[in-house]
Amino acid sequence: MQNGDQHYSMEDETYTDIDGKAISLECQSHSGFCREFTVSSAKVSIGRVMAYTCAVWLSAYIIFFVTENTAVLSSAIIITLVGMMVRIHFVKVDHETLLIIGSLGVQVSSSYASGRESTDFIEMGKIKDIVINEAIHMQTVIYYLCILLKDPSDPEAVSSVVPLFQSSKPRLNCLVKVYKSCQEILAKC
Amino acid sequence: MVLKIFFPQCCNKADSGLLVGRWIPGQNSAVVLAVIHYPFIPGQVKQYIHQMRGQSGVDLTVLGSWSMPKEGQEGMESFLRDLSTIFPQGQWLQLSREMGKIGFRCHVLTRDPNGKLIQQEKELKEDGGGEKGGTKRGGGEKKGEENKVEGEEGGGEKDKVIFIHYEQRKVMLSQLHPIDNGVPDPQTESQLPQLLLLQVFGTVCQSEPLFFLDKYDDGPVKMTHWQSEGREGSIIVELMKQASTPVCLLTTWMLTLWTSLCSSRILNMRPMRFISSKLSTCVQLSYRTEHLQTVCSPTRATAHNHFMRKANIFVSFFVDVSLGLLLVSWMYRENRIGKLANTLVPAADYVAKELEELLQWLMGAPAGLKMNRALDQVLGRFFLYHIHLWISYIHLMSPFVEMILWYVGLSACLGLTFALSLLSDITALLTFHIYCFYVYGARLYCMTVYGLSSLWRLFRGKKWNVLRQRVDSCSYDLDQLFIGTLLFTILLFLLPTTALYYLVFTLLRLVVVMFQGVLHLSVDFINSFPLFAMGLRLFRSYRLAEGVKFRVLCEEPGTPLHLMMDINPLKVSSVVQTYRTPTYSCYPKDSWLALCKKLFLGELIYPWRHKTTKID
Repeated sequence: MQNGDQHYSMEDETYTDIDGKAISLECQSHSGFCREFTVSSAKVSIGRVMAYTCAVWLSAYIIFFVTENTAVLSSAIIITLVGMMVRIHFVKVDHETLLIIGSLGVQVSSSYASGRESTDFIEMGKIKDIVINEAIHMQTVIYYLCILLKDPSDPEAVSSVVPLFQSSKPRLNCLVKVYKSCQEILAKC
Repeated sequence: MVLKIFFPQCCNKADSGLLVGRWIPGQNSAVVLAVIHYPFIPGQVKQYIHQMRGQSGVDLTVLGSWSMPKEGQEGMESFLRDLSTIFPQGQWLQLSREMGKIGFRCHVLTRDPNGKLIQQEKELKEDGGGEKGGTKRGGGEKKGEENKVEGEEGGGEKDKVIFIHYEQRKVMLSQLHPIDNGVPDPQTESQLPQLLLLQVFGTVCQSEPLFFLDKYDDGPVKMTHWQSEGREGSIIVELMKQASTPVCLLTTWMLTLWTSLCSSRILNMRPMRFISSKLSTCVQLSYRTEHLQTVCSPTRATAHNHFMRKANIFVSFFVDVSLGLLLVSWMYRENRIGKLANTLVPAADYVAKELEELLQWLMGAPAGLKMNRALDQVLGRFFLYHIHLWISYIHLMSPFVEMILWYVGLSACLGLTFALSLLSDITALLTFHIYCFYVYGARLYCMTVYGLSSLWRLFRGKKWNVLRQRVDSCSYDLDQLFIGTLLFTILLFLLPTTALYYLVFTLLRLVVVMFQGVLHLSVDFINSFPLFAMGLRLFRSYRLAEGVKFRVLCEEPGTPLHLMMDINPLKVSSVVQTYRTPTYSCYPKDSWLALCKKLFLGELIYPWRHKTTKID
């Protein structure tokens, strides 16, 4: 526990995402009107990495055995390395964070497996509301948390929607917790 | 609403004094810009602030007091409190910090309608013990009184404070690009004045005159801000600033001479204008002249956009010229240009020979197809004669080619773009016969197709109504029908021959067009790519800001929330999109479908169309 902050990580019942994989939610309250929510997905699994690498290299060896061309082997190595680097730097999201600061704004940040962080801050003046929306995705109906932004020309209209937790895609029980906390803060300020 | 105080990091360890900054209306926020230290005379401070307000255009005021007591400065607090009476404000901030502690404290004094000062406790946690109290008014009875005041006010929870620390130098130098509908635009400042961050950035940016006094100056007041340790400067930048004015004037004068020469009457006659609009080198030349005029204008660029455009043009021009000089030095060493010139004529000969062989093949039975012998021979001989003329012309020119190329190649000193445009022009000139063949073949085919379609309508007893733009039935006479059907049959059986010639020459023409297109696209890329903006993004990423990001700083219990505001730099793709220099870019005029339709009908195609920027 840190000075003045309150963590609620012991409260997380096992949350899952819409595909059924386990995720975890951590709520941190920095002050009465500033809260941070972190949704973490599963980490890169070493078994899958090894399986893919072995499959690629095995097929490369078979092709080499047939064609006797060493370029196949080097290209297989390069493909594996580049693919892994691209995946952990651009694709695999480790955790997503929502920091809501009353009367200042909301900060949404995704942290990738390689450590890269991409952050976006939306000012409170632009935010109309934070809601849970439904969407039809293939054959399922999923829920997602999103921020409604105001239209500069018409304060009552919604100009755009910013969906949150896109990569972790938590289920409704997790979203409801976050939603309730955010609404408390939005109501206060 | 929560009170937000933007506090510069450089003032974290400043001595006690007065806070100077600006209240942002409507947002319940204050931006602290500097701290004025003791000793000061209040009259002089007011005068100085009034002067700064005029110079910078920012609504500067004294926000409150800052106290960081060191040893032996116990009596400061009451002195600080009394200061609030000297500087009459709506709200008076009392920020304090203790040595060894990280968190700040804030008290806000407001004037109620009677003009009396009410103190509101702004501490989040009312921790017991007077030593935790920020103001050392001594004794527990004061504390009890404060508690009572708070109780009467109905609790201090409804008014809260956030301290947002920012790095003053970076915020001052950076330019915010607020995203408007997904496109970053540094000009939406005028349309959305109520956004808090824009106002904060604008305030710090415009308060530059406030930061001119450093601690070595003998000014009326002693301040702490980001430059108070000594003003930043660079000798090279100062020298360049001094040298730039005469250089700009000289260049502007030379450019006016050049433009007046270009717009003189001799060069503006019809044939010259037509040729110069077709040659891409002349187009590029006029375009660069325009650019240089923008860069060398003696007036300073005030708006950020203008400055970036000038800088981008300058850097891109500089890189272009240096690459061109490199190319020229490489080509003229070991007389490579002579060797190139010596291979030009044999290359043209080779192309002509290949074309002749192609025509001989077409005149025979190409790909096993049976052509109409008479038409085949006529067309084949016609084109062969043209090639013969062309080759004679090239051979006539061959002694002069080396000299012409040597002198013309020197113009590549003006830039790599000129070298590429020159290459494109030389290709166009050398393949002029292919262009001519394409036009002949296309016209013949086009006439055949139109004739066929019209006679087909006659064959069915219909007619094209020009007035109504539709097909109507029509009763023809017998002799009209007879002749029409005869002609239709003839054209139909001649169609394969003309179609084959058209196909072959169109393919050749398309190859040349593709090559020229690649050259033009690369010229366009060099012209429009914002090198300066990209360099800024890579090496000084805080100058181009897409937004900000906040980090919660570890605080101690009983202090308000402290956040650190960092600059979130603009994405690389947004940099290119925002700062692209607009060019006379070549872009495909027709979509793929329209292109195919034109090819099928035999209309002449000019796939690349220049966007005209100026009408002369």
